[in-house]
Amino acid sequence: MTLSTDSWSFLLAAMLLVPAVGAAVVALLPAPRIVATLFAAVTFVLTLTPVVFSRDLLWVSYGDRPPAVVPWLNLDLPWVPALGLDFHLGVDAISYPLIVLTGLLTVLCCAYTGSRPLAALLLILEVGVLGTFLALDLILFFVFFEVVLLPMYAIIAGWGGPGRRAAARKFVLYTLVGSVLLLIAVVTVVSQAGTGDLTGSFDLSRHLQYFVFILLFVAFAIKAPLWPLHTWLPDAHTEAPTVGSVMLAGVLLKMGTYGLIRIGLGVAPEGAEWASPVLGVLAVVAILAGSLICLRQRELKRLIAYSSVGHMGFVLLGIATLTVTGIQAALIGNIAHGLITGLLFFLVGTLKERAGTGSLDQLSGLREQAPRLAGLLGFAAIASLGLPGLAGFWGEAFAVVAAVQAGGPLWVTCGVLAACGGALTAAYFLRLLRRVTHGPATPMVRGAKPSIAGVEWFAWGPLVLLTLVVGVAPALIVSGTDIPILRLLEAVSRG
Amino acid sequence: MGSQVVGHFSLIPIYAAASTAILALLADLFTGRRAVIVGVTLLGALATAVCAVVAVDASPTFCAGGGCSWVPSGAAATVAVLFAGLTAGVLAFSLPALRLGIAPAGEFCFLLACSMTGGVTVGYAGDLITLIVGLETLTLPLYVLVGLRRFAPSERVTTDGAAASVTFFLISVISTVIALLGVALNYAATGGVHLAALTAAAPPFAALAGVGAALLVIGLAFKVAAVPLHAWAPATYDGAPVPIAAYLSTASKLGGVIALAAVVSRLDTRAVVAVLAILTMTIGNLVALRQTRMIRLLAWSSVAQAGYILAALALGEPGVVAALAYAAFFVILELIAFGVVVALRAPGQDGGTLDDYRGAGRRFPWLGAAFVLALAGLAGLPPGLAGLFAKLSVVDALVDANWTWLAGVVVLNAVIALAYYVRVAAGLYSLPERVGLSVADPVLVDEALHPHGPVPRPVAVTISAAVVVAVVLGFAPQALFDALS
Repeated sequence: MTLSTDSWSFLLAAMLLVPAVGAAVVALLPAPRIVATLFAAVTFVLTLTPVVFSRDLLWVSYGDRPPAVVPWLNLDLPWVPALGLDFHLGVDAISYPLIVLTGLLTVLCCAYTGSRPLAALLLILEVGVLGTFLALDLILFFVFFEVVLLPMYAIIAGWGGPGRRAAARKFVLYTLVGSVLLLIAVVTVVSQAGTGDLTGSFDLSRHLQYFVFILLFVAFAIKAPLWPLHTWLPDAHTEAPTVGSVMLAGVLLKMGTYGLIRIGLGVAPEGAEWASPVLGVLAVVAILAGSLICLRQRELKRLIAYSSVGHMGFVLLGIATLTVTGIQAALIGNIAHGLITGLLFFLVGTLKERAGTGSLDQLSGLREQAPRLAGLLGFAAIASLGLPGLAGFWGEAFAVVAAVQAGGPLWVTCGVLAACGGALTAAYFLRLLRRVTHGPATPMVRGAKPSIAGVEWFAWGPLVLLTLVVGVAPALIVSGTDIPILRLLEAVSRG
Repeated sequence: MGSQVVGHFSLIPIYAAASTAILALLADLFTGRRAVIVGVTLLGALATAVCAVVAVDASPTFCAGGGCSWVPSGAAATVAVLFAGLTAGVLAFSLPALRLGIAPAGEFCFLLACSMTGGVTVGYAGDLITLIVGLETLTLPLYVLVGLRRFAPSERVTTDGAAASVTFFLISVISTVIALLGVALNYAATGGVHLAALTAAAPPFAALAGVGAALLVIGLAFKVAAVPLHAWAPATYDGAPVPIAAYLSTASKLGGVIALAAVVSRLDTRAVVAVLAILTMTIGNLVALRQTRMIRLLAWSSVAQAGYILAALALGEPGVVAALAYAAFFVILELIAFGVVVALRAPGQDGGTLDDYRGAGRRFPWLGAAFVLALAGLAGLPPGLAGLFAKLSVVDALVDANWTWLAGVVVLNAVIALAYYVRVAAGLYSLPERVGLSVADPVLVDEALHPHGPVPRPVAVTISAAVVVAVVLGFAPQALFDALS
């Protein structure tokens, strides 16, 4: 039995409407804390539903010029024709895992946080992130890309650490630079191609594609972030409250990598092909630089933040290869990083709150004082360093495989260096574990509460579980993505 | 020469606006009661808006020699509605001060309604003379309104208002002279004053017409406070009563923008306007970064915003709809921002420093939310969707015309601007300064230290109405684009 997809496309609008209404209710009415979690939970359930409508594309024939994106669910309404803006939403195999991840992390964060305004901001953030992943119109994508800026600023500036003002300002100005470049790029494309519809094809001249891709590349490289445009990230992560860090690492960074796949490859395939060596080299530099900086870090959250730079380097390396394997590795890497780094930020945030310090010099002996917390931290760190069988492995291993398969001295070198970066990742995470969990307990650690509360289990449990599940069955994330990716890459090879 | 047929139906918006002024004066003369005067003026503003909507499809009138002097259109009607709304809003903002007798209600309402009449005229003007007469009618009452302030016997008398008024008067008169000289030179070169007949001059007079067009643009640029003709604006805004500063920054600026749009869409002034645009937005934003007084910051931000409008106008005809749309979105957001300043300050007080607003968003959550909406909109970011679409329309127009480099300048300026908008917004929610001893709840202490009565109802109603308009236009901007084109 097949369900008619048109009559269910309201689900897509509901995914945005429910958290938006939830944010308004939580912010304006004196509702109890649980209400925010309920709204987030309903949204999460909604984000799960599109899989019911997934279609195996092999069964569908589309003439000789197949559309670039065949969404499972599709909602297309005119919004502002004067600006070429359609309210066009859709889900396909590439965006689906990210949408579910966003829904999940928002529920966990809403349940974890105790502050009502903070929960409302998380829900607004969710609207922006889900909208970005759902948008199938270029200008709409840009609008949602902008939605996340101010709520994230408010989360950092309102609930952050001592240097929050400066960190929040740096975050918002830095990422706005990326957004405005994206604005110029999408407006140029819509103006020249006459359409902003991502399910269609864009006929742009080669030089225009180069120009557009450079703008998109810088815009998404700031968001992802890619070395050397990553400098806003460590400050933002260090100062942000725990849930802010989780959302930032878990889903906000993915907007950059997703944008590069969906918009960058979709709109300017020739530009992507032209720039891919640069992207690959920068990604490898990011991996190595991230790892080397991590080896020298003395602050927990900063260390995890820099580890994100390295992990996102692997994702970008996967994309840069412009092969099915590479992009699938990037998609798994995206999800794995969201789960594992989300978990890591939850854990180090809690540890920092309880011990009152995030300095590695003052933390040791956690194993004796709080064995469960130390166990979870060990699990997350090992998952993050890419142990086979856990989620972190697939994305990084196959990014390297894709680079080596791509052939040629440049890509093989990139693959080899990335693999060395992977080894360095293991080195700094083991250093972290040695410093924090082993050794004699410091007074700070001894003063920390060892038990794990129910709400913490609720927030962390799903992430631990999914890290295992994705590690065992990565096909869950990439099944059905081969054909959409081939569609994107066809345009590249055609050019 | 036969007498002209006058299309009175086309003229009903200006009849309504002008009668509002006269009725306000008569109401003061015969009743002298504030409620009646204010009521008459508010109703008159409403009537003006209704008449503009009713007469939207009326035919042009005062036609002679190949052009018409009074041209109703969708854009003109939209502008008239905006002027009526801004006048009503500013009057509502001024009510607390009028109630305290800080300004005489009769004169105040009369002058404000006169100014509205000028604004409506600018919107409908079909020739350069009508345009400049309209602009002067819009500005002339403002010289008085800027300095119109009575001091209570116990109050310290300041001359800030008078100084602001004189500055504004001198600059404005000079700018009018320059604009008129431009009109005259252009007339000498082409023999046309009707906007429809404005074209490039024949070869021997081309240079003369070019100078005329440039002088006209420069004269009008004074009105929108474009750099380097902007120096009067921050001083005048800061010296004027806050509601009048709101009017200067919205209605008066809107008048200048419409006049400029009328000129640049017909005469080739792209180079002059582009240079003005770049200077205006860049210098406006950079200087705004350093401001510590609220009204001065808003004034410099409003200078910068004029730069974005000028950027669209630099395209000539293709940029007019984008420029007018930007101006419409901008005046609504600006009205909200000034409204919140009025609401947070005591009647008759000036705008104060940024520190005076510390924690205000915690004490007044609704006002704080409205201010954040306005600032986000001015920065062009959600939740101020109206502002986002305003920026988008300007960038879209520039990129469509292959002026991507200017679009680049616009968006980079938007980044600079965000730096001071977030500074203001964050200040609203920052915790109060330490009082020196440890207290359980610093917010409660802060509230006790900042006694403030409830927000006056007319101010609250106006802010709410403006917020509703901003939100509705944010979700349905197409309505505005349709109305303007």
